[in-house]
Amino acid sequence: MPLAKRIIPCLDVDCGRVVKGVNFVGIRDAGDPVEIARRYNEQGADEITFLDITASHEGRDTTVHTVEQMAREVFIPLTVGGGIRNVDDIRTMLNAGADKVSINTAAIHNPELVAQASARFGAQCIVVAMDVKRVSHVDDTEPTSARYELFTHGGRHATGIEAIAWAKKMAELGAGEILLTSMDRDGTKDGFELVITRAIADAVDIPIIASGGVGNLQHLADGVTQGGADAVLAASIFHFGEYTVPQAKAYMAAQGIEVRR
Amino acid sequence: MSSSVAIIDYGMGNLHSVASALKHAGAGEVIVSHDPAAIGRADHVVFPGVGAIRDCMSEIRRLGCDTLLIDALEHTHKPVLAICVGMQALLTRSQENGGVDTLGIIEGEVRFFGHNHRDAEGARLKVPHMGWNHVDQRVDHPLWANIPDHSRFYFVHSYWVEPTDDNVIAATFDYGVSGTAALARNNLFAVQFHPEKSHDLGRRLLSNFLNWNGQC
Repeated sequence: MPLAKRIIPCLDVDCGRVVKGVNFVGIRDAGDPVEIARRYNEQGADEITFLDITASHEGRDTTVHTVEQMAREVFIPLTVGGGIRNVDDIRTMLNAGADKVSINTAAIHNPELVAQASARFGAQCIVVAMDVKRVSHVDDTEPTSARYELFTHGGRHATGIEAIAWAKKMAELGAGEILLTSMDRDGTKDGFELVITRAIADAVDIPIIASGGVGNLQHLADGVTQGGADAVLAASIFHFGEYTVPQAKAYMAAQGIEVRR
Repeated sequence: MSSSVAIIDYGMGNLHSVASALKHAGAGEVIVSHDPAAIGRADHVVFPGVGAIRDCMSEIRRLGCDTLLIDALEHTHKPVLAICVGMQALLTRSQENGGVDTLGIIEGEVRFFGHNHRDAEGARLKVPHMGWNHVDQRVDHPLWANIPDHSRFYFVHSYWVEPTDDNVIAATFDYGVSGTAALARNNLFAVQFHPEKSHDLGRRLLSNFLNWNGQC
């Protein structure tokens, strides 16, 4: 399989500033998303994901400006997500220089948005983000009985939507890729939720990005080898200097995973 | 050499990435336009493309960009670089959107990878073909200068180009099929991957294009 599995650092950005901070040696401004993205670009990251958590309308103008600056300096694919509500929001981000836009809650409120956006801008730039939680325990006598559902508002609001059927529906409507985040694992450093990652990777034709829970390099490798993910996304292990992107790639390559080096 | 480049704009999506990558690669002036006079003044021409082929073709024809492209290729003999859907539009016909007639500048077809696409060993291959894949050079060409054979470039596409004449293939990729990664004929070079998103090697290819006089 010649296509490389992708490693994607993710930046959480509020009003143009990276919120969780970044601890790189020699970086001038640990909160500047453009500087951080440039550093990941130099490290050999395969893509960058920019998650906008800005609440205010005024703040979103700052986001557009940040995306513009990033696109002028970073020559790898850039995905922008967070607060995308309609076709105009998508156009704004693509015109600012994003290569892909990820849609989360808006796809739940209006699934047709995915179809409209895909028809207008092409499936290649429409990522559907899914925040999932396990809602039933794994029964040892019936291991396939676990059910995963979509949640919104950082995992606080249940939607009742079953995750695998939703992924299939999004792929049929024209999503080009799925960004799957386990809200059970996000922030835990316990590794990806591999059961639902594998189930969705097997259920759809489009690529899957695994997200939520990475605490070490073995977790990244597991996302590919056990979860069947095409790409792995992580934030804190890279931001706080625990590991670099080249270290992650060397580790994955040693386990026989194709990576770009 | 500080040459000027015109990116043919037929209104289908963001051309900033291509424009800023060309500037970064050393272009003196980058013009994004479908105005024949502006394109006529440029030394080099880029024919980009993103999105669905039917909409691209209708805008290319409505704005007269097909005429601009043919003029650059066949009358003023400028170096032309086509990217992604811009490359697919050069062929005779595409299977996308139920079948669309394309420009017919290069004879051949644009084909869908297919649902449940698999490699020779039966392993599942996701579609779109999205990410960094090897580009295997088939010919010596000025645009490959200082780019090692088998280097990885960034691809994102669900349809692939199959020209009738193998001699125009400048590079291939392996993704269940041996697809065309690059085409070369006279002053035309076309790539399926995105040099503007392929980091240092992408910049090198764009720089090679800016230094190219259109001769092979």
